Amino acid sequence: MRVAARALAGGAGEGVSIRLSAPLSFWGGTDSRGRIVDAHHPQCGAVLAGRVVVMESGRGSSSSSSVLAEQIRTKAAPAAIVLARPDAIVALAAIVARELYGLDVPIVVVATPHHEQIPAGVLVRVDSTAVMW
Amino acid sequence: MLAGAYGEGVALAMRVIVGLGRISGAPRLVEITSAHVDSCLYHGRVSLDFADRLVGLGASVRVPTTLNVGSVDLLHPGLVRSETSQQRQTLAGGRRLMSAYLELGCTATWTCAPYQLPGRPALGEHVAWAESNAVVFANSVLGARTDRYGDFVDICAAITGRAPYAGLQTEDARRGTVVFDCRPLGHAFLASELAYPLLGHHVGSLAGAENPVLVGLPGDVGEDSLKALGAAAASSGEVALFHAVGVTPEAPTLERALHGLAPLRAHEVTLPTMRATRAELSTFGSGRLDAVSIGTPHASYAECETLAGLLRDGRPIHDGVAFYLSTGRATRARAERSGVLQVIESAGVTVVVDTCTYVTSILSPAARRVMTNSAKWAHYAPGNIDVAVVLGSTRECVESARLGRVALDDALFAEELG
Repeated sequence: MRVAARALAGGAGEGVSIRLSAPLSFWGGTDSRGRIVDAHHPQCGAVLAGRVVVMESGRGSSSSSSVLAEQIRTKAAPAAIVLARPDAIVALAAIVARELYGLDVPIVVVATPHHEQIPAGVLVRVDSTAVMW
Repeated sequence: MLAGAYGEGVALAMRVIVGLGRISGAPRLVEITSAHVDSCLYHGRVSLDFADRLVGLGASVRVPTTLNVGSVDLLHPGLVRSETSQQRQTLAGGRRLMSAYLELGCTATWTCAPYQLPGRPALGEHVAWAESNAVVFANSVLGARTDRYGDFVDICAAITGRAPYAGLQTEDARRGTVVFDCRPLGHAFLASELAYPLLGHHVGSLAGAENPVLVGLPGDVGEDSLKALGAAAASSGEVALFHAVGVTPEAPTLERALHGLAPLRAHEVTLPTMRATRAELSTFGSGRLDAVSIGTPHASYAECETLAGLLRDGRPIHDGVAFYLSTGRATRARAERSGVLQVIESAGVTVVVDTCTYVTSILSPAARRVMTNSAKWAHYAPGNIDVAVVLGSTRECVESARLGRVALDDALFAEELG
């Protein structure tokens, strides 16, 4: 299956999908290993490193760009992030990681209703123009 | 700028700004009059690598630029713990990062409440502010225009003097969309300190990324209350602008706040909801207390005075309780001149500046159970520094600190008060 997406940050990434049922703040909400530590988050405890994270949007503090960029540098970041609406704070992390280190974590937007149809727990490949599973 | 005529540092900053413009669908850029930079908090080597790259490429800011908190209290460096190697790394990296931002031409304000400083932007002025509580305050209370900028963008906007004309920079995006009728809460509750962090948390949880419109707030509600409300709403939701009818500058009437259109949703806020919100924000509600942390976002001078008033008379703080107040260095200096600081410090309160008690290692590892007057602190501290938390007013914080155990006054939520 294949769905069109709009790329906010380019590159290609592949991993097993995980769906977040609430928006996530990477700052304060994840630790340095890419684990969700926000006690209020429904998926608290889940590890996002190497996964294709499917979530509507990020949330909260503007420090999230740095936290995610550092996770990209240390390879603790998701393989790709699939949003339902553009989120500059998330996308900026990927843009800066590419400028500084040449590392790519694609950040794409898939409009509803297609966003809701992306299943959890399947291998998803994201490239700068399309999401496939 | 993109082509490098102003140097490679400006070109890099412009690539980031144009990249953001593309993401947000901006038709053009807009010139800004000030910037507030949050990228000076150390989040690992990437923070330093980015600042060092800009310094190395010869960049400097083009507009007046204030700095948010860093990872080190530069006036009291011993306050930040340095027992583990990670703590030492953060301390060293944090200090280097703070220097790098000064080299870029930013002012050493080191506060998350730049709106408490002179020279704040006026109604309608385009600015580029980062830090979610500063963004929501600038938009809502000052009526200045800033989108919610993340780290890296803030300094790039300062260096280029420009931001994408998108999001809350544009008129249409500033329309209030979700109405919260606060009148059922009654005057007594709405005159209390605790009303505002609780309302903010609740409103943010329901509004998500929408612009909430609050109806029924007292016309004389103070800036500290609006600060607490905005910070909480930006933590529990993605709120970057709220309107309070009859209070904030773009909401003289409900109709104006809604730009003459119908709201998407309307909610009523009641006392039982507020009581439940306190319970939701607290991970414990009674028993032993190890520490108190107030001043998130940074305490204003008026809040320092209130705390001093509560501490001036009465029993000392319990031996087992460490009491912290976070504020900006400018407010601390003013409190020192007026004698308020001496009252607070002689009561045993540790005054922290330039940073905050939940972004860096200040609390002792023995402090497991902490009380705060900030919904933002209560929301983030359990995840950030692994503590149990309970939300209370400044008065409840002081009373509990004296007793060494949590003492809450739930009479605030009783209907007869309304």
